Amino acid sequence: MPFVPHTADDRETMLRRVGVASVEELFLDVPEARRFPTLELPPPLSEPEVLAELAQLAHRNWNLDQHPCFLGAGAYNHFVPSVVKHVLSRGEFYTAYTPYQPEVSQGTLQAIFEYQSLICDLTGMDAANASHYDGATALAEALIMALSVHRGRRRKGVISRTVHPEYRQTARTYTQGMGLELTGDEQPGLSLPDLAGIVDEDTAAVVIQVPDFLGAVPSLDEVRLLADAAHQAGALLVVAVNPISLGLLQPPGEYGADIVVGEGQPLGNHLSFGGPYLGFFATRTDHVRRMAGRLVGMTVDLDGNRGYVLTLATREQHIRRERATSNICTNQALNALAAAVYLAAMGPAGLRTVASACYHKAHYAASRVGRLTGYDVLSHRFFHEFVVRCPRPPSEVGGALLAEGIIPGYDLGEAYPELEGCMLLCVTELNTREQIDRLVDVLGAPS
Amino acid sequence: MSEKTLYELSRPGRTATSLPPLDVPEAPLPEEWMRDDLPLPEISEVDLVRHYMRLSQLNHAVDIGFYPLGSCTMKYNPKVNEEAAALPGFVRTHPLQPQETVQGNLQLMWELQKMLAEIGGFDAVSLQPAAGAQGEFAGILIMRSHHRERGQAHRDKILIPDSAHGTNPASTTMSGYRVVQLPSDERGNVDLEALRAQCDDTVAGLMLTNPNTLGLFDEHVEEVCRLVHQCGGLVYGDGANLNALMGVAKPGHLGFDIMHFNLHKTFSTPHGGGGPGSGPVGVRRDLAAHLPGPIVVREGDRYRLEMPEKSIGRVKSFYGNFAVMVKALTYIRMLGEEGLRDVSVTAVLAANYLQERLKKTYPLPYDRRCMHEFVLEGRIPGAPDVRALDVSKRLIDYGFHPPTNYFPLIVREALMIEPTETESRETLDAFAEAMETIAEEARSQPGLLHQAPHRAPVRRLDEVRAARELRLRWEH
Repeated sequence: MPFVPHTADDRETMLRRVGVASVEELFLDVPEARRFPTLELPPPLSEPEVLAELAQLAHRNWNLDQHPCFLGAGAYNHFVPSVVKHVLSRGEFYTAYTPYQPEVSQGTLQAIFEYQSLICDLTGMDAANASHYDGATALAEALIMALSVHRGRRRKGVISRTVHPEYRQTARTYTQGMGLELTGDEQPGLSLPDLAGIVDEDTAAVVIQVPDFLGAVPSLDEVRLLADAAHQAGALLVVAVNPISLGLLQPPGEYGADIVVGEGQPLGNHLSFGGPYLGFFATRTDHVRRMAGRLVGMTVDLDGNRGYVLTLATREQHIRRERATSNICTNQALNALAAAVYLAAMGPAGLRTVASACYHKAHYAASRVGRLTGYDVLSHRFFHEFVVRCPRPPSEVGGALLAEGIIPGYDLGEAYPELEGCMLLCVTELNTREQIDRLVDVLGAPS
Repeated sequence: MSEKTLYELSRPGRTATSLPPLDVPEAPLPEEWMRDDLPLPEISEVDLVRHYMRLSQLNHAVDIGFYPLGSCTMKYNPKVNEEAAALPGFVRTHPLQPQETVQGNLQLMWELQKMLAEIGGFDAVSLQPAAGAQGEFAGILIMRSHHRERGQAHRDKILIPDSAHGTNPASTTMSGYRVVQLPSDERGNVDLEALRAQCDDTVAGLMLTNPNTLGLFDEHVEEVCRLVHQCGGLVYGDGANLNALMGVAKPGHLGFDIMHFNLHKTFSTPHGGGGPGSGPVGVRRDLAAHLPGPIVVREGDRYRLEMPEKSIGRVKSFYGNFAVMVKALTYIRMLGEEGLRDVSVTAVLAANYLQERLKKTYPLPYDRRCMHEFVLEGRIPGAPDVRALDVSKRLIDYGFHPPTNYFPLIVREALMIEPTETESRETLDAFAEAMETIAEEARSQPGLLHQAPHRAPVRRLDEVRAARELRLRWEH
């Protein structure tokens, strides 16, 4: 039997030592009528057979190595340097557990400490945790942290409609038992100053996304005014941010964010049909003790040598149990490692190059699409995604692109009825000029 | 000699990456938004690789040696899983691609939903939760949704035995319920009298870890479920310990209404130094509409994603940790019914084998047949100053990862040991021998244990100082 090394002899010896005649005797506590049920599963496969079966399934998908992709909407097609995969596949990293025994986990601990540092550098914040499940859950935890900062006395969260729809849904799922009211995103058209207008003494947090779900970068003055309005009312400003954009754009720490979260997938993690990804989470020093998730701190050992440990564990659920404000246990350590290796491999110059390539290529695409008859680019200041109103339903436009082997953008109609007929197109550094030109040709071809 | 940080290795002008030149005209940049400082380290590829290789060598891992960390199921993970999950047809797919272009992914998810339901004895499964604790949180929200739908919003308490996992009370609190802790009886089962006393119409549900964190199968599990159902509550099963039960018992048939699966434990995804995991949640038929979603449904030979009708909502973006699902499916397909049962039976045999031998040296608080793990007291007769932590640290010198310490909280100086099915008898014997030697050392030279580990990359770390003088990032 694969993956179980015991021979028949071993089993005999072990049974004898345990003092039972058969393995069945080990399970007498299981109600007899329920013991050893049948499992209706397909017959077992050997290694080559299982690989062939899975390859066949994988083959049924269109993959982005073979099909140009203009889809983003929260998951992004970026280049993953070879060094990332090489480091991640080290068994010492990927077959280790949570570093509860620091003496034999210094590799993981230092790697997380460095990840925390890199996220702080990128976002302009003081402290980052060791990751959440993804961007959506990091945002939900940010709201819970804001509730905790106000000790449950504030009950309102103001959230922009241009925050990723799935993040908003996740935040609502998470807080449904906490009595939090999320508002500001129900109706279209609320600008940042409008949001500032609904912040009041009951507001625990104000949440925006930069660049927002529609790709837009807001006016920096308006963001600052919103931050001021939030702070004057005693609320925290939570900013969800695309980490690649921070290769070019001001970090949220510069414009008043109290908590910065985001989807870390673009940093060296493959798309993998939506997971595993990682949520990054950073905040200011004052709030560190209210932050959920693991934290690694630097310290010394008995000989005074530098070392790293999990710290502030008294916040965690295995110690506080029912008083814990978060149940985070497993996080996304290996994905965080990928993000750290990616950021270190890129360095400031590399990340700037990736971010500017995304920016310039997206703007090139937008200017070409905007010149097509019947297409109207609605985005003005944007990073690498833009909204285009199509002359035909986006499903039809998408169908035409699919027929040419191109993966179309995101149809905005369902999540934003006011944008019915619009498509969100994304261009990254992996889209060549040739691909963009082909996209434009197909869009411009008569139906 | 400690490894330098990325920041100490940084030299201006170095990089480990090369990217193609820009092939489109430049657009004007939004000047007010431009950042001037991007303080990331600058490192060459060779230095970067060596840095991480050196760091990797400071870790203990399953691929290096025995890792009997109780409650964590650190079994060996077949390499074929990694090959399967790395297929470009999986890795290079976008979650929002038109569904007709990802039928392979959707079929895989649908098959996994079905297989997990079969193994657990449930009717429907959502693969969305990203970790056990998230699956458990989703499970409690399902209870909440179910009770509200039936006009039972006054049910406000969840019963949790003191032998449950630590995340259970936290998930309950996050869901807006209050926690009522139940004591264990002298055999480590839920105390039935205490349970009966709590069973009234304010019970929303009970969370049961079975086998529990003492490694014991609750002898009255069906009675426990019956009592909770009788007063209108639901029973949630913490599936983190499913490694003991595959093909041995189906939790759904024992009376559990909801349970999460830990794909990263039972179904052999490596834990990555803390994650990723995956925590699908299974339910019986009448709760299926409340599952988090979307989930995959089949229509003819087509698969599509659908949000369950009364869903609690989504618990993360997209559909769950897909790459972990690929590994779990690969594992289940290779083992089949007999193989999965063999895994569980062998895990239980290995735990009993070790328990039988070690109870002669270390006190065993509940002397019963255990399931896939067991809990000893790390107090050695004749060595009053030696604690569980000292035993653990000394084990490092013998090349073993220590057991879980000080958990569960109901055992003094707990050492929780989970050998798993993938360790050979020679490894189990070597571990037992080390534990026995340590007990001898504890009596003859306790200082050796207090100062341990002696052969690790660092000696005991000052955790108090780490918490007092918080240094959570590199200061430039």
